[in-house]
Amino acid sequence: MTVIDDVSNVPAPDAALAPLLEVRDLHVEFHTRDGIAKAVNGVNYSVSAGETLAVLGESGSGKSVSAQAVMGILDMPPARIPKGEIFFQGRDMLKMSGEERRKIRGRKIAMIFQDALSSLNPVLSVGYQLGEMYRVHQGLSRKAAKAKSIELMDRVRIPAARERVNDYPHQFSGGMRQRIMIAMALALEPELIIADEPTTALDVTVQAQVMELLAELQREYNMGLILITHDLGVVADVADKIAVMYAGRIVEDAPVHDIYARPAHPYTKGLLQSIPRLDQKGQELYAIKGLPPNLTRIPAGCAFNPRCPMAQDICRTDVPPLHPVGTARGSACHFWKETLGD
Amino acid sequence: MGRYVIRRLLQMVPVFIGTTLLIFVMVYGLGDPVAAMFGDRTPDPATAAQIRHDLHLNDPLIQQYWIYMSGIFHGDFGKASTGQPVSELLKSAYPVTLKLTIVAFVIEAVIGVALGLFAGMRRGRFLDTGVLAITLLVVSIPTFVTGYVLQYLVGVKWGIVKPSVGDGAPFNQLIMPGLVLAGVSLAYVARLTRTSVAENSRADYLRTAVAKGLPRRRVITNHMLRNSLIPVVTFLGTDIGNLMAGALVTERIFNIHGVGYQVYQGIVHNNPPTVVGFVTVLVIVFLVANLLVDLLYAVLDPRIRYA
Repeated sequence: MTVIDDVSNVPAPDAALAPLLEVRDLHVEFHTRDGIAKAVNGVNYSVSAGETLAVLGESGSGKSVSAQAVMGILDMPPARIPKGEIFFQGRDMLKMSGEERRKIRGRKIAMIFQDALSSLNPVLSVGYQLGEMYRVHQGLSRKAAKAKSIELMDRVRIPAARERVNDYPHQFSGGMRQRIMIAMALALEPELIIADEPTTALDVTVQAQVMELLAELQREYNMGLILITHDLGVVADVADKIAVMYAGRIVEDAPVHDIYARPAHPYTKGLLQSIPRLDQKGQELYAIKGLPPNLTRIPAGCAFNPRCPMAQDICRTDVPPLHPVGTARGSACHFWKETLGD
Repeated sequence: MGRYVIRRLLQMVPVFIGTTLLIFVMVYGLGDPVAAMFGDRTPDPATAAQIRHDLHLNDPLIQQYWIYMSGIFHGDFGKASTGQPVSELLKSAYPVTLKLTIVAFVIEAVIGVALGLFAGMRRGRFLDTGVLAITLLVVSIPTFVTGYVLQYLVGVKWGIVKPSVGDGAPFNQLIMPGLVLAGVSLAYVARLTRTSVAENSRADYLRTAVAKGLPRRRVITNHMLRNSLIPVVTFLGTDIGNLMAGALVTERIFNIHGVGYQVYQGIVHNNPPTVVGFVTVLVIVFLVANLLVDLLYAVLDPRIRYA
C-alpha cells in the first residue's frame, strides 16, 4: 500500500498498478428550463500512462461532458454531478477543493479543444498565452516564459517560432493554431491529455499531421491520452482501446482491433457500417435510422432500443448491464452474443 | 499601424469640412444677423449696408465660409455682438466644460463598467435584474428632470451640496452636475458592459483559460475583461463629444458658465460668430475623440490593426 497524504481518500488502490485516471459510475445532469437533461449516466473508464483511450460517440452522447467533468471545467450550475468518482493518481478529484483542482488543471491534466480559433484568446499573442502557463504555474518571469514558449512552438514544429511568438491567433493557419493548442497543453508536461475532437475543424491532410504529432509527443512523454471523437477513421490508427458512448452511457468498451473486426453492440455495428467504403461505390450508404434521444426524456430500458434493428421486448424494459465479452471487453446489449455472431 | 493612422487622419478632413459647412449654412443662411443686432428697432439702411459689407454678408455663402475658415486657422473666430472676440469666450468657457466633462466621464466609466461587470457575471440574479431596472429608469427620464429634482432635493431641501456652481467651477462642486450629466450615458455603459461580459463569459477561449488552471481573478481580468471592454471603449470615446454637447442642459440647470451657457446665449441672441465658433471647436473635439477611440480600438483588438 502506498501512503497518500489525504484523508478524504477512499480505498487507495495500489498506486503502482492503478490506472492514471479512473472514472467510476459518473453521472452529470443539467438543470434546464425543460427539465433535467441527463447527459452522463454512469460512465466507467480508465486510462494508464502511455495509453490512448478513444471515446467515441455522436453529438449529445455525453463524451465531451464527461471529459469536462474530469477536467473540472463544467459550469455548475447548470451542471451537477449527483454521483460518481474520478480518481486521478489514486485521489478522488470530486472531493478536492476548488484550489486543489485548479492546480491539477494545466499542470497534470491538460485539455486540447476542438476549434482552436475560438478557443484561443483573439486579443492576446500566442506567446503570451503559452507563456502564461509558465508564469502562473511556475512563477517564471515574462522573459523566461517567452523563451520557453519559443522552445515549445519549436517542439510542435511551428516554422519560424522566434519571429511568430508575438503573432496573434488569427494570423496562423488552422493547422498551426491547433499546434499551438497542443503546445499549450504540453507546456507543463502533464500526465494526462484530454483531446476533445482535436482535428474536427481541420482538413484531412492537416488532420493526419496533427494526429501524428499528438501520438508522437504522447509516446515521448509517456502521457495518458483521452481522445474524444466521432470520427472512426481517426481512432483506428492511434487508440489502444475504445469506449463507445450513447445517451450518456458506455455501450461498448474494447481494445481497438476487436471493435473493428467484430463489434459486440448494434450501435457500434451501425457506426462501422455507415463509413463510406471504396468497394461499395455506387451503392446507398448505410445510416442508423432515427435520431439520438432527447436527454430530458431518455427511453426506458436500453436507450438505443427505438433505433435498434435487433430490439426485443426486454430492450424496452430492462437497462442492459455491461456484459463481459471475453477479456478486457464489454458490451451493454442484451443480445451481444447474437450481434457478435452474425 | 502607421498607414492606419494616416488613413484615419485623412478621413477627418472631409468630415470636418462637411459638418462645419452645414452649421455655417444653417446659422448664416437662415436668418439675418444684422436685423438681430438691432433687435426691435429698424436699423438705419446706410449703417446696415456698412455692417453687411464689413462682415462680408453680401458675398456668396461659400465665400463667406472660406473667409471664416481661413480666419479660424489664424486663431480669429470673429467677434460676438458684445464686441468681445469669440476666441476669448472660447478660452474662458471650454476649460469649465472640460472639467465638467471629465467629472462626468470618470463617473460614467467607473460606475458604469463596475455595474455592468457585476450584473453580467450574475446573469438573471437579483443584482442583474436590479441593474437592468434602474438603468432603464435612468434612460427613460430626461436629463433636465433628474437635474432639477436632484438640485432641489440634495441642493435646496437637504442642503448637502450647493445648488449652483460658483466661479471657476471647482471640482467638488461639479460632482452633482457631473452625475446628472453622466446619468444616461452611465446607464448605457452599464448595459453595454453587461451584455458584452455575458456574451464573453460563454466564449470558448474563457473555457480554455479555466482549463489552463489560471486563477479565477486572472481569467476575469486578463481574458474576459479585455475582450468585453472593446465595445465599451468605443462607446465611451464617442460619448466624450456627446457629454460636452449635453452639458448645454446641465450647465443651465446648475448655472455653470461653460460651453453650453455660451452657445445658449449665442442662439437666444442670434449671434452667429459665437454659435459657429463654439460648434466648430466641438466638432474638432468629436473628431479627435473618435480618432483616439479608433487608435485605442486597434491597440485593444489586434484583428483591427492588420485589417
